Amino acid sequence: MANVEINLPLPVLPEGWAGEKDFKPVGSLSKTNDRKIEPVGPHFLAYARRVRHKRTFSEDERIQAQANVKSVEEEDPDDIDEPEDPQMLLREAKDWKSQDHYAVLGITRHRWRATEEQIKRAHRRKVLKHHPDKRAAAGGTEDDQFFKCIQKAHEVLSDPVRRRQFDSVDEAAEVDPPSKKDTQKGNFYKLWGKVFEAEGRFSTKQPVPKLGNAKSTKEEVESFYNFWYNFDSWRSFEYLDEDVPDDGESRDQKRHVERKNNAARKKKKTEDTARLRHLVDDALALDERIKLFRQAEHAEKNKRRFAKEAEQKRLAEEAAKAKEEEARLAKEAEEAEKAQKAEGKKAKEAAKNAAKKNKRVVRGAVKDANYFHGAGDAPASQVDAALNDVDAIIAKIDNTELATLAGKLNSEKDAGKIKEIFKAEDERLGLNSKSLA
Amino acid sequence: MSAQTDPAQRVAIGISFGNSYSSIAFTSSEGKAEVIANEDGDRQIPSVLSYVEGEELHGGQAKSQLVRNAKNTVAYFRDFLGQDFKSIDPTPAHQSAHPVESESTVAFKIRDSEAEEENAVTVGDITTRHLRRLRSSASDYLGKDVNAAVVTVPTNFSESQKEALKSAAKEAGIEVLQFINEPTAAVLAYDARPDAQLTDKTLVVADLGGTRSDVTVIASRGGIYTMLAAVHDFDVSGSKLDQVLIDYFAKEFIKKHKAAGDPRENERSLAKLKLECESVKKALSIGQSANFSVESLAGGVDFTATINRTRYDLLGNKLFAAFTRLVSHAVEKAELDPLDISEIILAGGNSHTPKVAAAVGAAFPETTAVLAPSTSPTAINPSELAVRGAAIQASLIQEFEAEDIEQSLHPMVTVTPHLSTAVGVLLISGDESNGVFHAIVDAETPLPVRRTATITTPREGGDVLIKLVEGSRHIKVTKPEPKPKAEKADDDSEDESEDEEEEEELREKTWKIGSAVSETALRGIKKGAKVEVQINIANDLSVTALFREIGGKGGVRGQVQGKAS
Repeated sequence: MANVEINLPLPVLPEGWAGEKDFKPVGSLSKTNDRKIEPVGPHFLAYARRVRHKRTFSEDERIQAQANVKSVEEEDPDDIDEPEDPQMLLREAKDWKSQDHYAVLGITRHRWRATEEQIKRAHRRKVLKHHPDKRAAAGGTEDDQFFKCIQKAHEVLSDPVRRRQFDSVDEAAEVDPPSKKDTQKGNFYKLWGKVFEAEGRFSTKQPVPKLGNAKSTKEEVESFYNFWYNFDSWRSFEYLDEDVPDDGESRDQKRHVERKNNAARKKKKTEDTARLRHLVDDALALDERIKLFRQAEHAEKNKRRFAKEAEQKRLAEEAAKAKEEEARLAKEAEEAEKAQKAEGKKAKEAAKNAAKKNKRVVRGAVKDANYFHGAGDAPASQVDAALNDVDAIIAKIDNTELATLAGKLNSEKDAGKIKEIFKAEDERLGLNSKSLA
Repeated sequence: MSAQTDPAQRVAIGISFGNSYSSIAFTSSEGKAEVIANEDGDRQIPSVLSYVEGEELHGGQAKSQLVRNAKNTVAYFRDFLGQDFKSIDPTPAHQSAHPVESESTVAFKIRDSEAEEENAVTVGDITTRHLRRLRSSASDYLGKDVNAAVVTVPTNFSESQKEALKSAAKEAGIEVLQFINEPTAAVLAYDARPDAQLTDKTLVVADLGGTRSDVTVIASRGGIYTMLAAVHDFDVSGSKLDQVLIDYFAKEFIKKHKAAGDPRENERSLAKLKLECESVKKALSIGQSANFSVESLAGGVDFTATINRTRYDLLGNKLFAAFTRLVSHAVEKAELDPLDISEIILAGGNSHTPKVAAAVGAAFPETTAVLAPSTSPTAINPSELAVRGAAIQASLIQEFEAEDIEQSLHPMVTVTPHLSTAVGVLLISGDESNGVFHAIVDAETPLPVRRTATITTPREGGDVLIKLVEGSRHIKVTKPEPKPKAEKADDDSEDESEDEEEEEELREKTWKIGSAVSETALRGIKKGAKVEVQINIANDLSVTALFREIGGKGGVRGQVQGKAS
């Protein structure tokens, strides 16, 4: 950081200057201002790191330098030499097909997981150890059979196509499915997880879903089994082919062997697919989660059904109640109407009677008024005319007016007054009855 | 900071959210900040939202709606965020949807749905929508879902405004990792260039924006920035420059087409005028002359005119001068002299105008470098400074835990003592009897600090005295020819500022030697060897120094106790 270059010379030390260890503090710095620095930029972050971890400049530099060193030569901590089976060392190179290439290279702990880098390193290590020259130097025979095995193993494993062919039939990598008894002890996920992990290496689709555990969701479990029932495998069985004679002598023989090989491959592939299917079936049958999900589903369905039934019942009850209510209301209305009708009839009757009575009063009043004929008996014509006129009035007025008229006349006995009343009524109606004139 | 995203899942960008324009940038894997263009290809995305029949338009498309659909177009809303209605200045939004009071915040009454009625949309919601669009543009460009950002804000953005912006961003799905000040972001953008040299300098960031201008004085010491002063002016702005052009063209128009009337009196004409003037202004930053052309400006009359740069410079002279004064004022406020300023960074879209750089440069001595497109070919686009800085900061902190970031922003960390005077060594030069001061650690350097200096020794070698002293900067004004008091070369400057009345006056930056701190003797230096001095100043002002001859053995180590605190 910030290195200042100063191009002017320093003064010469004056004569007689002395200080303890050549350093003499003279004064101290003047006061500081507290300011806020902008929390931005790489240098601020370095500053913040120093402050927060209470590091000094040099400490921080050291720690950061260590953290920032990019390891180019990464040391594989896993680089161990696996013990070699003495039996294996005696192998003949011509039997290379039956050898376990991973064991030869000493990487049985990785097998199909081994990276190219690991294979390369393992090969190099084995070459250094088993080179025929070294054996010879160590006083051994010049037997280079195992060295040839190593070369063969490297040849197979370093070619991706051939490595896959070998991986396809690498029995040592296989994990046998656990028996039903084993899984009953509650280690279903552990045991079957390993099986599926091993089988997953043949999948063209990566990554392969994990078996999971008891807490996996229904979707996870379903997608897991879906994956395995639709498994797309690259496993092939060329590696187990019978050697095709290449002496060119008998073409027929060659073709025959090839056909046989093809048929065998197909058969093995079919068997393998069936085996896998069977394996997944077994796992599915033993999987507790499926049962639990089914139960849960069942419970859910039941619950829904109960809810539905309850709802239906409630609706039916409500409907019945509503119907009852309706009927009751209708009945009430009907009764009310009937009562009203009866009431109306009675009232009409009463009105009729009252009108009759009133008419009688009015007619009686005419009689009382001597048919409007002053004194003495009225002649028949006068009687007729008066009665006709009164009838006209009665016909003209309605019941209430009739009632008032009757009320007025009822208490009157004086003929003149009665006549007055009739006259007033007559004028009001504008009949101009002659008998009242 | 509310922790939402796992630092490993973070995709962080830099966002510069301005009143007139916003931009987004990210830092590529090579560590280079790149500004992202939106769907329209704009790197400066207008901070405008417009609603047409319930459809949301954003950026440039929304801006063109200012003519036809001004009522449903929201613009210039950044400064309203987190404010109550009383404290906002609604002038910039005059030609778009007007802000109204809504509960405790500001809202806009716009038709933002297909329905006929107007909705009151709060400025927070508008900001969320705006940020959401920015985020989707960035996500589209990067092919990754952006979920975090460093956002630049003006230096006077209050806590409540930051809070409002943060929650608006959260609504838009952006975790704000940090708010950084716009001027600091600009400095960071310059310092992050691969060829940038880390030197102690004092600089001015002058931001001439669309609706406001902000000038900040920043001390950069070993890559750490301290703001020394900030001034703001809401009257000197790009829109005022637009207004000058509007008035000019309106007058020209009236001269030619009297019957058509004043285009400034009709809202639509004014909006057309304004949009065209803005593009004319931009064109004048590049070319010597620009065409102004609006169809049916007013009264159905098409109008075409030409303006050259000189005319524009004359028209805007008042504003350029005001801006220059503002810059000088900021330097004064920081109690500094123009000579102290080594760089002026011009930011904001209007800094493209060559005259702005020329006017500001003229007010400062020649030693002050003006970083603007017209003065320096290596200058970064002033419109992109803030967002680049934000993107760089985002890439620096995106892997940090939210809590980690928060702790680093705590005043316990950010507030630190700064040296009030420079600390340096005494040297000999010419006939100077006392010696000449040369700073090793400049004033306003935050503590703790560690600096190393290499110093030449007398030609013949031998024993030397290294005297650490304090020095204060002094502006020496000499009327006649300067005394032969030679100073260090790069500070030796002659300045004939235009605003200086006495033309002959010479101003130089010199050092006044203050109190001594320590004396050290280094003995037996070889001929032509150099001496290295390393100074550590701790928070308590204690000085630990190491003096040694380069290539030599041993050395002297000494400590000066700080004041008891």
